[in-house]
Amino acid sequence: MSETRRDMVHAPAMPALAEERTPHTQPFWEAARQHRLVVPRCAHCGAYSMPPKGFCPSCRRQDQHFVEVSGRATLYSFTVVRHAVIPALAERVPYVLAIVKLSDAHDLKMLSNIVDCELKDIRIGQQLQVVFQDQADGVTVPRFRPVHP
Amino acid sequence: MKAHRQAAVVGIGSTSYVKRGHSSPATTQELGAKAILAALDDAGLTVDDLDGFVYFAVSLDTGWFAEALGIPTIRFSASAGAGGNASASSVALAAMAVEAGVADVVVSVMATQQPPARRLGSAFAYKPPTPESEFESLFGLLAPGHAFALMAQRYMHEFGVTREHLYQVVKTQRDYGLTRPKSLFDRSITREEYFSARMIADPLCLYDFTLESDGAVAVITTAADRAKDLPHRPVYVVGSATAGDGRWGRGINWLGMDDDLFTTAGARLLADELYAKSGLMPSDVDVALFYDHFSPAVLLQLEDYGFCGRGEAGDFVAGGNTKIDGRLPVNTHGGHLGEAYIVGMTHVAEGIEQIRGTAINQVSDAEIALVTGGPSILPGGAVLFGSSPR
Repeated sequence: MSETRRDMVHAPAMPALAEERTPHTQPFWEAARQHRLVVPRCAHCGAYSMPPKGFCPSCRRQDQHFVEVSGRATLYSFTVVRHAVIPALAERVPYVLAIVKLSDAHDLKMLSNIVDCELKDIRIGQQLQVVFQDQADGVTVPRFRPVHP
Repeated sequence: MKAHRQAAVVGIGSTSYVKRGHSSPATTQELGAKAILAALDDAGLTVDDLDGFVYFAVSLDTGWFAEALGIPTIRFSASAGAGGNASASSVALAAMAVEAGVADVVVSVMATQQPPARRLGSAFAYKPPTPESEFESLFGLLAPGHAFALMAQRYMHEFGVTREHLYQVVKTQRDYGLTRPKSLFDRSITREEYFSARMIADPLCLYDFTLESDGAVAVITTAADRAKDLPHRPVYVVGSATAGDGRWGRGINWLGMDDDLFTTAGARLLADELYAKSGLMPSDVDVALFYDHFSPAVLLQLEDYGFCGRGEAGDFVAGGNTKIDGRLPVNTHGGHLGEAYIVGMTHVAEGIEQIRGTAINQVSDAEIALVTGGPSILPGGAVLFGSSPR
């Protein structure tokens, strides 16, 4: 991996997406660009799963479709990342890494970030709403903000 | 039918431990070779006896060792597990090879170097995203410490565990490290230092993170009947498991574990297997060496391995129970938090020393030692060392 590639990986608000897109991941990012949050759901048994892998972990079928959710969520856990593990992140810290539970997808866990609030106002259990952040590289990232900061 | 062949650990060897990046110009292979020779010497054996190799996490080259050290015969070479959590499993796999009659003298060896471009603390960050990892890296899950911060935050929220408890874990181990000549610390830590340290990823501060160090540790396993003729008291592998609950999945690499698993070390099924297969119980364990890449990992494992109820480990440690005269001395060598980070192999070495009765911080009459690999991804691994054959 060259230095250039390494910088690219960490350049935008966070590292870029994989260069390779698969039929299992592409619909998520396409929907995000349209500011819609979609998650994979098994067409056969109805189980939700994240991140998209192409298989239903409940019934093993490869018959997942993407369903749109409201973006309402609760905060399950978070960390304020204050130290840049690599120099490229020095201007990005602090940022808040979070695990949210999507309210209308059986409390499916999803990794994301908390934004648009002060650090002191973040607490486990609070209600969140998805926001879409368009990056310069053309990727739109679904993140979450507290509903009542 | 042949009688059951029991394995015993008969040799330990290591290099010195240095801060990350300070082992150059030695190569990783060279560090590994030095540890192998030291372990053979400790065992009263030579390269003519050595015929098996087990690695984990770091790919080492058996062919290079054979060339460099003039090892005449190779009968077994394998990698254990899927990451640094296979430290204990590397000895379990060596014991399996010996007990199966595949090889006679097997070395389990870890050699680690962390030059800036291969720093484990940003292990995820150095891999370009793939369709399997982009849903984590895009949001900034870039290092094992980020994952443990998320796990610790939820665990502390649910059970009322505090940073004071984490401090007690760190303090206990830094105190143990004081008597260790190879420790990278020359003193313990004060509460003031801990609470004024910079936060890395809340709720974890600098001292909740393992040291980053370079070095190598090797351990020699052979058949118990042969062990009786060697210089040290044999240390028997009386139990092992390399296992995990499938719902743990990629564990710290994805963090989508179900709620009942999220606030654990992911080792409860592993512990059940370990005790069931060995016929031993938590109350049989005299000393525990828990893989401690991060301080909360010690608390979570105390609970998963059955020494405390859920959420009780913080008070258990704060009550002094993991000190040398406590109910369960833990990480008596200082561990990763208080001595050096050789990816779990110092814990393996300490478990052996405790059963030999030669540990620097010796637990009196230690007969059973538990050694675990780190909570991270599937599968986890643990061994029980005993002073008597099973």
